Order: sequence, then structure tokens, then C-alpha cells
Amino acid sequence: MAALTDLTLAEAAAGLAAGDFTSIELTDASLAAMEAGRALNAFITETPELARARAAESDARRGRGETRGPLDGVPVAIKDLFCTEGVLTTAGSHILDGFTPTYESTVSQNLRNAGAVMIGKTNLDEFAMGSSNATSYYGPVINPWRADDGKDRVPGGSSGGSASSVAARICFGATGTDTGGSIRQPGSFCGIVGMKPTYGRCSRWGIVAFASSLDQAGPMTRTVRDAALMLQGMAGHDPKDSTSTPVDLPDFAAALTGDIRGMKIGIPKEYRLDGMPEEIEALWRQGVEWLEAAGAETREVSLPHTKYALPTYYIIAPAEASSNLARYDGVRYGLRVPGDSLDEMYENTRGAGFGAEVRRRVLIGTYVLSAGYYDAYYIKAQRVRSLIARDFDRAFEEVDALLTPTAPSAAFALGEKMDDPIAMYLNDVFTVPSSLAGLPAISVPAGLSREGLPLGLQIITPAFDEERVFRVGEVLETASSFDTRLRGA
Amino acid sequence: MALDSNTVKKIAFLARIKVPDSDLGGLANELNNIIGWVEQLGEVNTEGVEPMTSVAEMSLYKRADEVTDGAYPERVLANAPEPEKGFYTVPKVVE
Repeated sequence: MAALTDLTLAEAAAGLAAGDFTSIELTDASLAAMEAGRALNAFITETPELARARAAESDARRGRGETRGPLDGVPVAIKDLFCTEGVLTTAGSHILDGFTPTYESTVSQNLRNAGAVMIGKTNLDEFAMGSSNATSYYGPVINPWRADDGKDRVPGGSSGGSASSVAARICFGATGTDTGGSIRQPGSFCGIVGMKPTYGRCSRWGIVAFASSLDQAGPMTRTVRDAALMLQGMAGHDPKDSTSTPVDLPDFAAALTGDIRGMKIGIPKEYRLDGMPEEIEALWRQGVEWLEAAGAETREVSLPHTKYALPTYYIIAPAEASSNLARYDGVRYGLRVPGDSLDEMYENTRGAGFGAEVRRRVLIGTYVLSAGYYDAYYIKAQRVRSLIARDFDRAFEEVDALLTPTAPSAAFALGEKMDDPIAMYLNDVFTVPSSLAGLPAISVPAGLSREGLPLGLQIITPAFDEERVFRVGEVLETASSFDTRLRGA
Repeated sequence: MALDSNTVKKIAFLARIKVPDSDLGGLANELNNIIGWVEQLGEVNTEGVEPMTSVAEMSLYKRADEVTDGAYPERVLANAPEPEKGFYTVPKVVE
């Protein structure tokens, strides 16, 4: 029998249901893999005791003939942006030193209620600001995939620890959060599935806020089916988040029919960038062929404001971040650096507590919101954001879903792009537009770069049509028969 | 418009982030690059376009106006750096 950690989440659930193994056995296998994989630096906090206790509860439940569904007893990792009761929560920042929430975020509570077993809190870019996981106070995460040149690659970001731990088969799924691509881009870089639901599908309550009009939690797994099962356990209306949408959850896994005959898939022509690597274009063309072979009809569509999405995002996200991060003041939680006056204490605390990228974004956000510039930058960006959303609305009058690459490159080497913020921001060129429009999207691993690193393709649909995201995503997954086993590891 | 070191210093104070004087020049360059790059939005004709204020088109969910939470000051203060007698503390503000 293959190692337990090689199972998919769905297979692990089936094995538990059939009594082939217990949650304790599965959890011990994950904990051993977590220990063996420490060089990846994917976890900020490991919670083995908690995991064994929850696994034992799950086994006891099952012994009594009670079970809470497919996630019951399955080991998962939680991005360290979700507040977890009694477990250190850092957001990858020095400023949250020692912060141990007395409450649980709604999404991680939902997973607990579904019986999932948390094995630890995963590393991330500080406050989820980054595309390489290199801005974490707790050090960079390593991508478990090895390139031909032997140099360590970044896992992408900001959900880099989650992506790395799922790819390395430490856990069966992990939570991520996506503000401009932070689930999908690391999914693409690490050869796993990363799914961002519609804004409002998952509660933001208890998730450390970055940009509130964009932040959305989602699943990161090795298969599309696993992502559907995991989202089922994460999503749902929550009265504690006023932007959480009061709609019923469909059965996401039931949407995986494999049948996309007659579906119309749009290929946005503006996503064909100048200087885009040929291997990305080739994979994209391959994706078109796969979907056509499965009976879908593809056609070119236009999203004319695409090129303005990144600059729009880099006004709105820092503006919202500068407001959200105002709460880190040395008074209520985390780091406090003394000063002679209240202002000095604030300045000292925030000067010492924030890293370079967070400082940069808070300053930009403060600037674009400051008197005299608010209309010129912030309101202007909100107007362009309306146009970007309208582009998608128009495209979806013609087609049912869009197919694009997930990221403009494969994983780059550790340390690259660190001195050029805009080059780093360009990583999210294909993911930011759908984030601004609040739409659901998935990255599915679809091929390898010339250097032997994973590349993903992205499916985007209208709001609250996650079922179609999963259905088309699974068709891509089947067609690509991507092997998630690490190459060269 | 170009941000100089003085402007960065002013913004840093607004954001209550202590920035060493030696960092001001470098930060001004970085912020100028980013602001210069986002200024391409000026090309977009947004006349008559409403700013987006809500991502999902829905009316805000309302719940009954009643107290549903609270009455556990010890949990609220559990992570405070220097709590005292059931309060947060700050440096003296009034002489």
C-alpha cells in the first residue's frame, strides 16, 4: 500500500469511512511528513498535540457511528492569517508577536465543525502582502519542486506555506486567502489546485484583514474534487461578516460531472501580453484544445480594461490596508515598543513591527487617501474598478467561463525580484482583474515549464457559479493528467 | 507629482510609522516609482462612471438589533501588552 500521505483528500475520506485506517494513523502520517519537511519552512506553528486530540475525537465519533462528512478526521493546515483559538496567530508579522486569539475564525471554526484536523499554521507573506512568501518575518518558504538548475524556488505568495505543504504531501488540504492572487499564483507555482471563491462566499470574520473589499478565503488541495469538498466545509453565510452573502451552498462536488459539452469558453485577448514566455502561450493553447476536445466551444472575448487592473489594485489594496493595519498600535495586542508619548509609542511600535513591504504599502495607502489626493487616486481607482467589473459582465453575456494562464511565469528563484516592487506585482497580472470584480476562479496545474516546474491554467466564471469553476477545472485536470508527484525532489 | 523626503516624512507621521532619516530618500524613490506607475489610470475615461463601492450586488444583510456577544473583559484583554486593572494602558496623555 502506498503511503497514507499520498492519498488525495477524497481518498483519505473514503479510507476513513471504510475503516481502512483511523484518523490518528492518518494524522500521525501527516505529522511525520511535517517534521520531515521542516526545511521547507512551510509552518510557523506546528500543533501536533491539538491534532492528535482532534483526531482521537474524530475516531471516537466514528466509533459511535457518527460522522460529520468527508472532512471528518482529515489533516489540514491553516494559513497563519486565520485566528485560531489558543494557537499563536502571526500573519507573518513581527507586530503580532505572541498574539494568541481567544476565538476562532469562522472559516477555521467551520472546518473544525466538519471534523477536520488542524496540524499547524502555515507561513505566508507578511499580512498576505507578497507574491513570493519572502516578506514573512518568519523567513521564506521553499517550493518543494526542484528545477533543473538545482536553485531553490519560491512557492509563490502570499499563501506560500499552504501551497508548499500541500505539494509536499504534508497535509490533504490547506486554507489560503486570496486578495489579488494569493491562492491561485502559489497554486500554479507549486503544482496544486488553488481556488478563490466569489467574494462573500466565505466569511472574513477572524481572518486578519488586508484589503477588506478583496480578501477571500479558499481551499488549496491536490485535486479539483478535493477543493470542492474542502470549500464545502469552509463556506457559508455568517452573520458576523456583513459582506458574507446570505445564500444557500450548493453541493460543489455534485457539479463534477465531467460534462462541458456545449459550454462556451472565452479566451480574453488582452491576456496575451507582450513578451509573455512562449511556454505559457503554448500551455494556454493546449488548454483551449483540451476544452474543445471535451465538447466546449471557445471564442475570443475582450476585457478592454485589463491593463489597468494592476495599477487599480495597487491603489485600492494599499488604501484599504493602511486603514486595516491602523489597529496595530501597541495597545491591544502584539508588539509594543515604548515611547515618551502616545504618538511616539505608536511610531516606535509600528516602525519596528512592520517589514519593508508592509511599510511601503501602508505609506502608499496613506498617501492616496490623504487630503488633496483622495479623489485623484482612490476615487479614480474605484471608477476604473467599476469598468473592470463591467468588462467581465459583458464577456459573460457571450460566454459561460474564461480560460487564462494563472501566472506569467513558473516559480522564480529565491531572492529574485525583491528589489523591484513593480516586477513582483506583475506576478498577479492574470489574477488581479477577477479579484477586483469579486469573481470565483481556480488555478489547475496543467503542465511543466522547460525547467521542469509546474504551470497552472485559470478558469473564471460569473459570481456564485463556483460549480462551473469546479466542473471546467476538473475537465482541465483530467485532460492534462498532471502528475502532482514532485519531480526531482 | 514627485514625492520628496519631506513628503515621505509627513506621510510616515500620518501613518504613525517611525522611519529612520536614512531611509527617507530610498523610500521616496520607491514610492515615486509606484505612484508614477499607477498614474497611468489617468488615461482611462471615467466620466459618468460610478466608483465601485460594493463588490457583490446585494443589499446588506441585517440582523435584529440586540446584544449577542460580550461580557468577557478578561478575554478582550488577554493579548494586551500591559493591561492594568481591567484596562488597556497607554503612555500618559494628560499632564
